[in-house]
Amino acid sequence: MLAWLARARTGGLAALVAAIVLLPLALTNNYHYEVAIVVGLNAIVCVGLNLLIGYAGQISLGHAGFYGLGAYGSAILTARYGWPPAAALAASTAGAAALAYLVGRPILKLRGHYLAMATLGMGIIISIVIATEDRITGGPDGMAVAPFTLLGYTLAGERTWYWVVGAALALAVWLALNLIDSPAGRALRALHGSEVAAQVAGVDPGRYKVLAFVISAVFAAVAGSLTAHYAGFITPAKASFLHSIELVTMVVLGGMASTFGAVIGAAVLTTLPQVLTLLKDYEMMVFGAVLMLSMIFLPRGLVPTLAAALARRRR
Amino acid sequence: MGAQLTQYLLTGVTIGAIYALVALGFSIIYNASHVINFAQGEFVMIGGMTTVSLVDGGVPLPLAIAAAVLVAAAVGLALEKLAIERARGASVVTLIIITIGASIFLRGLAQLVWDKNFHALRPFTGDTPIAVLGATILPQSLWVIGVTIAIVAALGWFFARTLAGKAMLAASHNRLAAELVGIRVRHVLLLAFGLSAAVGAMAGILTAPITLTSYDVGLMLALKGFAAAILGGLGSGAGAVVGGLTLGILESLGAGFISSAYKDVFAFVIMLAVLFFRPSGLFAARSAERV
Amino acid sequence: MSLLAVEGLAKEFGGLKAVDGVSFDVRPGSVHSIIGPNGAGKTTLLNLLNGIYVPSAGRIVFDGRDLTGAAPHRFAAAGIARTFQNLQIFFNMTALENVLVGGHLHARAPLAAAMLRLPGRAEAERGYRVQALELLRFVGIEEYATAPADAMPYGALKRLEIARALAALAGLVLLDEPAAGLNPTETAAIDELIKRLSAGGVTVILVEHNMRLVMGVSDHIVVLDYGKKLTEGTAEEVRNDPRVIEAYLGAAAAEA
Ligand SMILES: Nc1ncnc2c1ncn2[C@@H]1O[C@H](COP(=O)(O)OP(=O)(O)OP(=O)(O)O)[C@@H](O)[C@H]1O
Ligand SMILES: [Mg+2]
Repeated sequence: MLAWLARARTGGLAALVAAIVLLPLALTNNYHYEVAIVVGLNAIVCVGLNLLIGYAGQISLGHAGFYGLGAYGSAILTARYGWPPAAALAASTAGAAALAYLVGRPILKLRGHYLAMATLGMGIIISIVIATEDRITGGPDGMAVAPFTLLGYTLAGERTWYWVVGAALALAVWLALNLIDSPAGRALRALHGSEVAAQVAGVDPGRYKVLAFVISAVFAAVAGSLTAHYAGFITPAKASFLHSIELVTMVVLGGMASTFGAVIGAAVLTTLPQVLTLLKDYEMMVFGAVLMLSMIFLPRGLVPTLAAALARRRR
Repeated sequence: MGAQLTQYLLTGVTIGAIYALVALGFSIIYNASHVINFAQGEFVMIGGMTTVSLVDGGVPLPLAIAAAVLVAAAVGLALEKLAIERARGASVVTLIIITIGASIFLRGLAQLVWDKNFHALRPFTGDTPIAVLGATILPQSLWVIGVTIAIVAALGWFFARTLAGKAMLAASHNRLAAELVGIRVRHVLLLAFGLSAAVGAMAGILTAPITLTSYDVGLMLALKGFAAAILGGLGSGAGAVVGGLTLGILESLGAGFISSAYKDVFAFVIMLAVLFFRPSGLFAARSAERV
Repeated sequence: MSLLAVEGLAKEFGGLKAVDGVSFDVRPGSVHSIIGPNGAGKTTLLNLLNGIYVPSAGRIVFDGRDLTGAAPHRFAAAGIARTFQNLQIFFNMTALENVLVGGHLHARAPLAAAMLRLPGRAEAERGYRVQALELLRFVGIEEYATAPADAMPYGALKRLEIARALAALAGLVLLDEPAAGLNPTETAAIDELIKRLSAGGVTVILVEHNMRLVMGVSDHIVVLDYGKKLTEGTAEEVRNDPRVIEAYLGAAAAEA
């Protein structure tokens, strides 16, 4: 089942849709819905980030910056300038894409540790700017965000948001799967496999790496914007370095170059802290330990490891 | 204006010395293992916090310092032994997440062992400012600068003159060759983590009287230390020192003359500029990839 | 009229002159071999010929266009494909997908159309796959089509390199030691493959240590030694040139 999930394109998508449709049977209260919605929003970011990290093989330790741009862009444009939320979402996503494009060109010439550090620096600069410009962003205290309205209809209530986020996630996964199976997606994976060979086959590395960077920034910004409207309140923590790390960890834990892995990684790492709050003072320690242990013992991530194990058993 | 500039420079050199120590600790581990250790800042935190609580408990300062350095070194060894060594051959991202996990773990542990408050360490030798060229400098800043110079000199001697130091350098240049001439690369890694943690702890102890310390001071310091290391060229010892000082001074000047609210941004803007225009840093040499 | 003109090409690494003022012309449709002892600079020369290295001096003119200093993907777009001596397979993909990437330049799709899977995309994808499978069959490894590349044996990977290069439908294909590490049967298959390629109108530059293969397929041979062109000519001329024998014997003597 998992092996099939990790591979088959349409089958996997069908399974995801089924999971989204059936999950409410297990969600018994609003809190459950809240967690499920946050899982969905994080999963959208991770599906995009996985295109960059898992498929194109480029690290980013700064994607919370794009997420924060989407969130704050929407918050500021709706609250301070009276924009309709849908226009604000489109504009802040376009802004994040433009920034990703401009920064992506020089940054993605770097490799390995240098790329990690450069994206980290970019993310931190964004988060410091958000925390410092308190007159428009509310500074470290955060700011309130208006509800999402479209054509006179206001999105409200956990259940409504659940279906919106569920649909958005299914759409995100579908777009990602289509990309991966297209010439552009193969060019990205080729860059990961052997950059020289990809170039020799005519792939312009700069162009395709920036493409993956921009697409992943767009996914992050859209999710950030939706999160802001859903939560009704945002703080700079959403754009922080630690949030960038959380996002990367979700991707790696789920399994690099596995779109469904990204969803599962997001689900595990989003629900884990909810469970860990029961541990109160030990929460941070256990979270850190889980990160270390999962990377040491499951370096390939949950879905590929399980898929391999199942494939072995079947034989 | 002149006095103000002097003041900013003095402050900058003090901060820069700390960045240099963090960057050095970082480079030692990077050279030996090619791991970017995000828990580097936690060594700094452990140094400061341990000293504070020992001194509060009545232990004489020099003894407390020695004990804190040892505690940090032990944590460094444990990190290598329990985590890094088990993840041999893992990818860059995986290793980064492991050290970040370690950093979060250590912060959580510090929260339990101590608390979430800020703590001050009494300055080593009083807190009467000393006048220098119209500006003033705290005696503790002189300690920071002096001890940093001593540590840099000691590390320089260690890598240039001692067998262990040369072995570490050899292992970082060519692991296989080092193994062939009988260097135990595993021991080199352990040594690197222990040494790096000790250097980091010293940075934490030296600054605890100036900037206070708490369970989460490590992260920003680590990030700035990375920026310094990149500025000087990843893995270069001299680069780490020059990078740290440059960053400290630019940050202090930037905070003074441009914007104090954006004090923390300068380091990263400078780092990005260096990465864009001279990715190998100010010191390191370039090399061509082989196909 | 030459397809490729190389003039005074040079590449230094530090102080080492890996390629040192090499000039030659390649006629369209010919099999042009480059031979020389280990470390003579053959691979470096190929790396120059598709932009992986930027030359320290000299010019590369392909099909009337000066490509000196261009990025590798520009060389590819101009019509030069290549295989690697040290395998550069996309090990994160299947054999078929490797070949599909080889055809990258002929499979462009607007991004939006690809992500939205607009009508016509599925059709086009099927077309690419049929062609790629055809190439796998041409090099004789179609049974591995859906196998992950990291599960394929060495000999099949060598041929996968060739299939991927052919997918570019390039006018010039550079082969870097395609027979290295292969057994005599497999080598014979490579020999046969090169002949078929050439018959199909593709120009081939072949770097190879297997002299029987080289002498059997080449129209023209350039001999490199210490980065310099020692001599060039037909198989017959090169075989009887005392300098060539000396270069190989000298290298062998030095190694022994
Ligand atoms: N990237 C590089 N950096 C430094 N030196 C290099 C590099 N690439 C090649 N060399 C050197 O250039 C010389 C020529 O190497 P090259 O690989 O071109 O030889 P070759 O003729 O292909 O040898 P072989 O038959 O063994 O494949 C050698 O001395 C090699 O060590
Ligand atoms: Mg070669």
